Amino acid sequence: MRRRLNWERVASVVLLSPAVLATAVFVYGFIGWTAYASLSNWDRLLPDLSFVGLSNYEKLFANQRFQIDLRNTVVFTLVFLVACLVIGFVLALLLDQRVAGEGIFRSIYLFPMSISFIVTGVVWRWLLNPGSTELGSTGINSLFDMLGLGFLKSGWYTDPKIGIIAVAIAATWQMSGYTMAMYLAGLRAIPEELREAARVDGASEVQIVRHIILPLLQPITLSAVIVLGHISLKIYDLVVSMTGPGIGFATDVPAYYMWDTTFRGNHFARGAAIAIVLLVMVAVLIVPYLIRSTRTEAEL
Amino acid sequence: MKRMLIVALFVGLLLALLPMTASAQGTVACDDEVVVVKDDWLAKFADKYFGNPYAWPAIMAWHNKAAQADPSKFPDKIINADLIEVGWTVCIPSTEDADAFLATYDPAKPEMLYAAGASGQLVVGSWWTAGGEAEGLNGMFSIYKTRYPDVEIVNATVAGGAGTNFKAVLKTRLIGGDPPDTFQLHAGLEAEGYSPETYLTPLDDLYASEGLEQAFPPDLLTLLKAYGDHYWGVPVNIHRSNVLWYNKAIFEANNLTPPATWEEFVTVADALKAAGITPFVLGTKDGWEAGHIFEDVLAGTLGAEKYNGLWTGATPWSDPGVTQALENFKMMLSYANTDHSAHTWDSAGEFLIAGSGGMMIMGDWTDGWFTSKGFTGYGWAPPPGTRGIFVALSDSFAMPANAPNETNAMNWLKVCGSLEGQEAFNPQKGSICARTDCNPALFNAYLQSAMVDWGQDAIVASVAHGAAAYESWATDYKDVLTLFVASGDVAAAQAGLQQACVDAGICQ
Amino acid sequence: MTTKARVATGSRRPVTWQRLLLYVVLIAAAIFFLMPIYVLLVTGLKSFAEVSLNDMWNLPRGLHFDSFIKAWFGSQEEGFRGLNVNFLNSVYLTVPATLLSAMWGSINGYLLAKWKFKGSDILFPLLLFGMFIPYQSILIPLVQTLQKINFFGIKLYGSIFGLIVAHVVYGLPITTLIFRNYYANIPTELIEASRIDGANIFSIYRHILFPLSLPGFVVVMIWQFTSIWNDFLFAVTITSNPASQPITVGLNNLAGSYIVEWNVQMAGALIAALPTLLVYIFLGRFFMRGLLAGSLKG
Repeated sequence: MRRRLNWERVASVVLLSPAVLATAVFVYGFIGWTAYASLSNWDRLLPDLSFVGLSNYEKLFANQRFQIDLRNTVVFTLVFLVACLVIGFVLALLLDQRVAGEGIFRSIYLFPMSISFIVTGVVWRWLLNPGSTELGSTGINSLFDMLGLGFLKSGWYTDPKIGIIAVAIAATWQMSGYTMAMYLAGLRAIPEELREAARVDGASEVQIVRHIILPLLQPITLSAVIVLGHISLKIYDLVVSMTGPGIGFATDVPAYYMWDTTFRGNHFARGAAIAIVLLVMVAVLIVPYLIRSTRTEAEL
Repeated sequence: MKRMLIVALFVGLLLALLPMTASAQGTVACDDEVVVVKDDWLAKFADKYFGNPYAWPAIMAWHNKAAQADPSKFPDKIINADLIEVGWTVCIPSTEDADAFLATYDPAKPEMLYAAGASGQLVVGSWWTAGGEAEGLNGMFSIYKTRYPDVEIVNATVAGGAGTNFKAVLKTRLIGGDPPDTFQLHAGLEAEGYSPETYLTPLDDLYASEGLEQAFPPDLLTLLKAYGDHYWGVPVNIHRSNVLWYNKAIFEANNLTPPATWEEFVTVADALKAAGITPFVLGTKDGWEAGHIFEDVLAGTLGAEKYNGLWTGATPWSDPGVTQALENFKMMLSYANTDHSAHTWDSAGEFLIAGSGGMMIMGDWTDGWFTSKGFTGYGWAPPPGTRGIFVALSDSFAMPANAPNETNAMNWLKVCGSLEGQEAFNPQKGSICARTDCNPALFNAYLQSAMVDWGQDAIVASVAHGAAAYESWATDYKDVLTLFVASGDVAAAQAGLQQACVDAGICQ
Repeated sequence: MTTKARVATGSRRPVTWQRLLLYVVLIAAAIFFLMPIYVLLVTGLKSFAEVSLNDMWNLPRGLHFDSFIKAWFGSQEEGFRGLNVNFLNSVYLTVPATLLSAMWGSINGYLLAKWKFKGSDILFPLLLFGMFIPYQSILIPLVQTLQKINFFGIKLYGSIFGLIVAHVVYGLPITTLIFRNYYANIPTELIEASRIDGANIFSIYRHILFPLSLPGFVVVMIWQFTSIWNDFLFAVTITSNPASQPITVGLNNLAGSYIVEWNVQMAGALIAALPTLLVYIFLGRFFMRGLLAGSLKG
């Protein structure tokens, strides 16, 4: 019996080895290479991999465009995450109420997820184009005018202070359906008896949501934060097609700056440094989660 | 079980799609000849004959070889893979020949799809894909073909991103040791970005043998030799960066003349504003326009000599002239359309055409653009302070160090530098010749005035278009301007410009 | 408030104002989600003369399908390529890549869920990490590696094959994750029972788990189809020749071309989005079912 198990364990390892090899090369190998390039002097087309220590990073953090990028990333992530979670949760809660046409509503909320960020950028560039004082409002601003909600108008992505929020709105439109679907699945998994028991004890619906549903949905919230968080840190396609770097870099993000500075400006080392910073930001978010989830599994 | 079969079938199909290496190098024998009917395209043929739509390059290459060998039988070459005409006879290779071709085919090298003439090919890389540019290029191709009929010209353009996509492909090919024969390059220090000592061929001998040093004006020669004291490209055209365009009807109606000084600019702008017109229209969406306008402001504030000094280190960026230039630019921006970050230069130019905008500053390709829009009511003048100054940029062609068809490439460069070539190219493109001896009668009113100025003005280099500074410096410069447009912080912008100069290794 | 009728009590649902408010909110949300599609459609159906930012909310005066035709076939005179070649490229990319990465993920998930060995619990998060890395972090070495590898003579860099390789490799973590979770939910007793009958690692997969894998495959394939079809970064980096570029790059180039015809652009965007939209509309409920089965809970 034991011998039989052994050859199968070996087979398991062998069959997994292509995946291990691919990951070792394409993920960890490449990260290592990029890290090395970020410590080098590669500033023109001809690779110059002489070691210069951390000076690229020092210059990067002193660079005003990069500082704006970091600020934009923080604002974007906060707005995007909170909006997706809240909108998704509210919609899931509402859809859980035995609504007529639930399937249709669900499909409508879910379908933007299927669209490319490029397509989203194309249409939201138009929707959030504020128009001008000279030629009148366009996009959503003109809709507000038509509905008598003129006070809601804004410069959207032409306003250097809130430009990135405009991009976050487009991204939220795209991904709220995902959080809604996750929460809906989670809600449906909560046994009705739990809620009935609470109602029998005299709890109001609000209290039920607060004290029973939300805590039970915590793993989903955590999962959604991880998935949405890493999407927001890497956001690139949407910026490319919707706004470009924007006025005063109001909608610039590190991923865009990395592309621009590497392939346009020939600052390969600087681009590699940005890539590593991006990686570290994502790792800070992901690694604790990975460790935690492996540990909880091991405990089971 | 059935599912396994389907999976296996698919995997099998996948493997069958992969071309097998074959040994035989086929002659130009057509396995089949098919006449094109409506709704045919290359990939469809490929699918029909080889079960693999991916194999269309084999058909294109094979057909072109056949057309080269037997033009009476196949009079139509396939120049554009997306375009085969009804009634053409297309030569289809056998499966072995197709596989042999596909085994070596590299999609980044479009020249593989074209036959080689008796004297080989000429692979010309550029991003001139539309409008007058493409026509100008074709004009030069015609001249080349009459001179060298045995060479097959491959127009290897890559569209998109105002040249960035093309540059990405080009840089990859250069590093890979596998370049095109010649490619489009801005004259000036942009050459540095290609590490020319390693990747390009110096053209000093060509200049000597063709007498180009006599045909081009001395200021242009200084520009061309700026990096490493070698000539790296042959300029075909000259564009002017510093032109102020205005709507003539609006100016006449308001009794205005184009401003020659900064004070006059304020007066004119105020008058336009009072009349309900946007005084100054611009678009900053693409990130380079602000840098373009600012170089004209710099030249107009500092004068030609001090402007030149900025790029050599002779003029420090902390100079009060630079501060004044930033203030001037800030003033201009205060009169601009508020939504400029959502516009490109041409979509903002629509305001001028429509009569709601008064002035714009943009290079002289604007002339060609106005014409394409059917708009004739425009006037031009040098922006404030730049009378007598010509801020120049130039498109040139360079030759990589290991060009596969060196003789053909050299001949191309000779055509580029020749009177005949430049006269064919420039009127179509909407630019003026780099040479000083082109016939003015071939050009329209604006270009004729530009030619006059080119002959007598002080010529300085544009930074926004790759002439005055390394590409890395130019991108840093443009980044600083992007921030300045939003913040209006003169001190920070000046410090940023100084830092960009230091980073480029020119300033201390 | 109404009770959820999990047990068929046949309770009446009175039309209270809360109920009305519920529907109002849901419909308002639906309008928000549908608004951009309205703009896309309406603009795509307009003629060029009609298209203007100021009138974007107006319905088109008559149905003009020529913007769709132009977006699909391109325009020689105006110097832009159509999306037809890009569309086919996307198909040639997405279908093989989806199938390959799904199969590979299934096998990996099976092994990691049911055939654990010493270290497989560390291996799994290490594999998973690849899902989260910003792809910008590996662009330069990826390009250089693909330039060096030839696949049956076709250089990977610049070709659809290179894109397929990139997507299959970087799709590995998510497909493995989904399948591992899916197979983890299949009770081990099933496997134990078959072992007693003499099955081994291969036959268990072939005869027991693979036939049960359909929901897992559906979720994985929908997910992979969507992300590969919609990918832009790899597409724009690895394929630079417009003839080999997928539709996301083609669409972006359409938008960036010198003459911006908004109706053509919007029509192009609709064409680009159509396949994945259809997948979601018709197969969306399988996706939901897969989610409910715990596939994406991570």
